Amino acid sequence: MPANVFLGACLPKLSRVAVCGGTHGNELSGVYLIKELMKRRREADDEEQPILVLSNPRAAQQCLRYIEVDLNRCFSHDALNAPLSDSAPYEVIRSREINAVLGPKGSADSVDFICDLHNTTANMGLCFISCSDSDWISLHIFKYLQLCIPDIPMRYLHFDLSHDEAYSLDSVGKHGFAMEVGPQPHGVVRSNVYTTMKTALELVLHWIRLFNCGTVFEGGPVDVFTLVKHVDYPRDCSTHDIVAAIHPLLQDKDFCLLNPGDPVFQTFSGETITYNGSESLYPFFINECAYYEKGIAFSLSRKSRVNVPSLRANRDQSR
Amino acid sequence: MSSYNNNSVRLNAATKVAVFGGTHGNEMSGVTLVNLWMKNSNEIQRKGVETKPFITNPKAVEKCTRYVDTDLNRAFTAENLSAPGGESLPYEVWRAQEINNMFGPKGSPEAYDVIFDLHNTTSNMGCTLILESSKDHFNLQMMNYIKKALAPASCLVLLNEHPLLKYSTSRSVAKHPVGLEVGPQPQGVLRSNIFDSMRVIIKHALDFIELFNEDVEFPPCTVEVFRVLERVDYPRDANGNIIAMVHPNLQDCDWEPLNPGDPMFQTFDGKTIHYQGPGTVYPTFINEAAYYEKQQAFVTTKRETLVASAVKKS
Repeated sequence: MPANVFLGACLPKLSRVAVCGGTHGNELSGVYLIKELMKRRREADDEEQPILVLSNPRAAQQCLRYIEVDLNRCFSHDALNAPLSDSAPYEVIRSREINAVLGPKGSADSVDFICDLHNTTANMGLCFISCSDSDWISLHIFKYLQLCIPDIPMRYLHFDLSHDEAYSLDSVGKHGFAMEVGPQPHGVVRSNVYTTMKTALELVLHWIRLFNCGTVFEGGPVDVFTLVKHVDYPRDCSTHDIVAAIHPLLQDKDFCLLNPGDPVFQTFSGETITYNGSESLYPFFINECAYYEKGIAFSLSRKSRVNVPSLRANRDQSR
Repeated sequence: MSSYNNNSVRLNAATKVAVFGGTHGNEMSGVTLVNLWMKNSNEIQRKGVETKPFITNPKAVEKCTRYVDTDLNRAFTAENLSAPGGESLPYEVWRAQEINNMFGPKGSPEAYDVIFDLHNTTSNMGCTLILESSKDHFNLQMMNYIKKALAPASCLVLLNEHPLLKYSTSRSVAKHPVGLEVGPQPQGVLRSNIFDSMRVIIKHALDFIELFNEDVEFPPCTVEVFRVLERVDYPRDANGNIIAMVHPNLQDCDWEPLNPGDPMFQTFDGKTIHYQGPGTVYPTFINEAAYYEKQQAFVTTKRETLVASAVKKS
């Protein structure tokens, strides 16, 4: 075997990179971080800087998750290509604007990479959320962050959707993920959460610069949590009102293995409801405020090990 | 600072009592508890007193938002309560008038004896009782009773008698208004432990009322309170935008001493802003979500011991 044969993956450079915040207007780390980056951009004329987007400015202005519909559900291929009516909701119109600037999704003109900034009321630490478990760019960035900031609990979450089916803003680019940091109440900026997100974002952009300069990143295993199902609150049959809260023993236990028979809910009369699934799974988005209306008390995932190959940028720039 | 009276304070039996939830529609413990009690109020009934559970801001509850037009818990001013216009008024002003008719009128002999108003906060305040007058001996005795019943678990008393910072709350239509504030809990979220804490506080409060109505005399006692001093806003730029966050050393440190020179805020690029006040204060309502628009990062308080006279039913 001749020396200098690279056995890993080669991918094109990431020339166009975007960072989005305020996709949900009350998730304030991203709102403030984007505003801060935009302010510093005006003060220092830097080349090769990412495109910065305040995704939902009206919602950010009113400190709401959204005005009419959830912006972060508007980016599937079908949603982006459906005919646009005159009375289309604000966020649908906004999603087309964003797709025009950062996309079009699925085309050669779409940006190479998107990082979309989010917060959650759940105790999830730092999470990357991606629709792929084989996007080597995203997985290597995750590995890099684990190496650089080992004290911050972080996980890689995978929602198994095709690129076309993926509905979140980060799916507009060729590569990307949502970066979720919690716990933080909506409408609040916690300094520790802001600092974690800022540090993580700086490392993401640093990795991209290293990648584009030809650095070879050694492969290795990465644990990935793949969504299996959502679990709703127990509800009253007629009124549909919630009749129990997340059990105190499950509250804040994101990514702690949930076994059949473990307590999951506590009714308002004090009874415990246990998990009646047959498989031990990892819960996350436990008691995320925004999910009450989506019928989700918590979600469950399966952990698997992905072997990420070594990676470097294509030396030949023609794609 | 303390008032002492040798004589026992005699008061009529407390027969008209209400528990308000949903004054802020996204503070879920109160919304959930009151909805529960409206279906089945056995838990909150005591001999000799019928306690009425009541959702004060149903439109805000339905939208799971703090308020629709204006903050209901600031709306009970004399001006608002007598404003003409009926249903063309901002929703919460009209609603305040309705509530004043049902549970007041504020300041009159017909007003409810006691109203408990259930609130949550994103601040790490634990269980807090909010007192509006240092001369309300009935409330002082009740708060003393609740604190002792919950011990060793903590339940602190916040006194807001400040001439400028005091505001016109929904509960203020009653003769003895009591605010319950339990945190930390994000808006729109229901946490079991916070829910249970609030439920237990109400249980003890109603037990006190029952004992009082049964002629139990509560001897003089002292109550430690935290008296509101001033509101501290976030540092802002010339356009009014927030330029710093509560410092990590202050975040979640409600009720702990803040000394001159201690870190207070951290700018978005990492610089520390220090507290420059003349002496030690005890901050609370640190980083409450709803107060960003009210120009408040936290309030400062000072510790005081109030003396409550003996209290007995007349």
